[in-house]
Amino acid sequence: MNTKAKLLAAVALVSVTLPGFAVADTADKRIALSNNYAGNSWRQAMLTSWEKVGGEAVESGAVAAADAFTTSENQATEQAAQIQNMILQGYDAIVLNAASPTALNGAVKEACDAGIIVVSFDGIVTEPCAWRIAVDFKEMGRQQVEYLSTRLPDGGNLLEIRGLAGVFVDDEIHAGIEQGAQEFSNFKIVGSVHGDWAQDVAQKAVAGILPSLPEIVGVVTQGGDGYGAAQAIKAAGRDVPIIVMGNRQDEMKWWAESRDANGYETLSLSIAPGVGTLAFWVAQQVLDGADVPKDLTVPFLKVTQDTLDATLAATPEGSVANVEYSLDDAKAVISAAN
Amino acid sequence: MIGKYRILLPVLSLAVLLAAVFYLQPRAMSYFGLNLLFNLAVPIALATIAQMMIIMVNDIDLSIGTFVSFVACVTATFVNETPLLGAAILLASIMVYAAMGALIHARQLPAIVVTLGMSFVWAGLAVLLLPSPGGASPGWIRTLMTVKPPFVPMAVVACVLIAGFTHILIMRSATGTLLRAVGGNTQAVVRAGWSVIKLKAGAYALAGFFGVLSGMCLVGLTTSADANIALRYTLLSIAGVILGGGEFVGGKVSPVGAVIGALTLSLAGSFLSFMRLSPDWQIGAQGAILILVLAVRLIFARNGSRWKEAKNG
Repeated sequence: MNTKAKLLAAVALVSVTLPGFAVADTADKRIALSNNYAGNSWRQAMLTSWEKVGGEAVESGAVAAADAFTTSENQATEQAAQIQNMILQGYDAIVLNAASPTALNGAVKEACDAGIIVVSFDGIVTEPCAWRIAVDFKEMGRQQVEYLSTRLPDGGNLLEIRGLAGVFVDDEIHAGIEQGAQEFSNFKIVGSVHGDWAQDVAQKAVAGILPSLPEIVGVVTQGGDGYGAAQAIKAAGRDVPIIVMGNRQDEMKWWAESRDANGYETLSLSIAPGVGTLAFWVAQQVLDGADVPKDLTVPFLKVTQDTLDATLAATPEGSVANVEYSLDDAKAVISAAN
Repeated sequence: MIGKYRILLPVLSLAVLLAAVFYLQPRAMSYFGLNLLFNLAVPIALATIAQMMIIMVNDIDLSIGTFVSFVACVTATFVNETPLLGAAILLASIMVYAAMGALIHARQLPAIVVTLGMSFVWAGLAVLLLPSPGGASPGWIRTLMTVKPPFVPMAVVACVLIAGFTHILIMRSATGTLLRAVGGNTQAVVRAGWSVIKLKAGAYALAGFFGVLSGMCLVGLTTSADANIALRYTLLSIAGVILGGGEFVGGKVSPVGAVIGALTLSLAGSFLSFMRLSPDWQIGAQGAILILVLAVRLIFARNGSRWKEAKNG
C-alpha cells in the first residue's frame, strides 16, 4: 500500500510538471500529412518537399515525427477513414490536402474534438475548427494583367489561355484576369481558349484561334500552357508577345533560351508545391501555442528576369519551380494575417 | 462450405485482422477507438447488404456506388431543407430500383448492363443536385450517427442491428426464402406458382432501400455531401458480399457474413495504414488480402466435398 501511494504521488508530480514543459516546446509532438493524391509532378514535388523539411525538423528536434500518408484512390470516404486512423495513432496535428472541401468535415470535427490540430492547405476544408491555408487564385490572374501594364503602358490586345473547363481554379483565375482587364482598361481580351494546363493542348488551341486574331501584345495564362502558346505563335510566323509563364521547367527553359537569343522579358508565377511545408510549420506554431488566425493565404512563387537562372537550375526536368518554407516564413505569413 | 459453416471463415478473418490491428495500435482497443475504426464501415455495410440483395437473385449491381452518392446529395439538400419532398424523392428512387428489377426480368436483360447504364443516370443526377460539394446533414441523422450508447460504441451496435435484422428478413422469413429461391432455382419458383417478376422487383426494391439507408448514414458521418462521395462502394460492396461467404450464383448469401465482410474490408484499410505501407502498394495489398481469404475458402470447399465423397463412397 505504501509503495503504491508513493508511486501515485510520483505520477501526480510528473503530470503536474509535464504540461508546463509541453506548452513551451513541440519536441514531443507528432505531425501527420494526410494527402489525397500523388499522381502528378506537382504532388510528387509536394511530397518530396514534405519529406525533406519534415525529416530535418525531426532531426533537429523541432517535432517528434512528420509522417506522410497518401490515400490510394483519391476518394473522400477513404481519406475520412485515413484521418480517423490518424486520430487513433495519436498524432498531435494533421496537415491535410483534402479530396473534398466538405465531405471530410465529419472526420475533421472528430479530430478537433480529440484535441488534434488540423491545418488544411491547397485542397482546404470548410469545417470551422480547422485552419486553412488557401491560394488566392483570383489575385494570381489579376497580377498578370498588372505586370503587363507595367511593361506596356499603352495597353493592347490580350489572348487568354484558360485551364480545364468547369474546375473551380479555372473560374477563379479567369475572374481575376477579367478584374485586371477592367482595372487596366487599355487592355482588351480579344480571344480565349482552353489549354487544360497542358502544353500540347494549349499549343493546338492557340494555333487554332490565331488566324482570327488581330495583333496581340500579351498572353495571360494559368500555368502549364505558356510553352505551348509560344510554339504555336512562332509556328504561325508572328512576333512572340509577352507570355506570362507558370513556373514549369519547360516554360522557364524556353524563356531563358529566348532571353539569350533576343533579350525576351516576362514574369512567371504559380503556387510552389512546397506550400505543404508552410502548412507543416503553421501546424508546429499552433502546437507551440502561437496565436494563428484560421484563414491564411499562400504567397505566390514568382520567377523574374533576375531569378530565372537560379530557379531554372534548381528545377528538375519536367517538374515545377519549388521552394521549401522555413519556420520564419511561416511566422511571417502568420503575422501578416494577424 | 455448406450451411452453417459458411459464416465461420468471415468471422475468423475479421478476428485475425482485428487482433493484428490491436497489436499494432493498442489505442484502438477502446470504446472511442472501436467507434473510429468502424463508424465509416456502417454505410459500407448497408451498401453491401444492398448489393447482397441483387447478388441473391443472380444479378450484380454496378450502380450502387453512384446511387449511394445520389442519395447522399438528396439527403444533404432536400431531406435537410424540405423533408417531405426529400422523403418523396428517396421513395421514388426505391421505386426506380424496383422497376429496374422488373425490367431486367421482363426483357431478360443482363443486369450488369442495365445497372452500369443506371450508374451514369445516378451520377448525373447527383452532379445536377450538387455541382460543387456542399449541403448539410439533417440534425437528426447527425445526432443518430454520433450517439454514444453505454458500453458498446454506435458503430458496433449499428452493425449488429443491421446483421440481425437482415438475417431475420432473408434467412428466417418466408419472403426471404422465396427471394433466395429465385436465385437458386427460378424454374421451381415459377412452377410453384409464384410471380418471379414481383419477387425480383421486391429484391431490387430492398436493395434500393438499403442503398438509401447507406447514403443517409454516410451524410450523417461526413456532415455534408459530394457528388463523388461513395464511388468506391460499388467494388467494396461486391467484395464484401463475396468475402462474407456469398456466391455469385445460386442464391447462396449470408447477411451476417456480408456485414462482417464489409467490416473486414474497412479494417484491412486501417491495418495497412497502421503498417505504414506505401500508398502505391495499398490497393495491391488490399487485393491480396481478398485473394487470400478466397483462396482459403476454396481450400475449405474442396476438402469439404472430398470428405463428403469419402463418406458417401
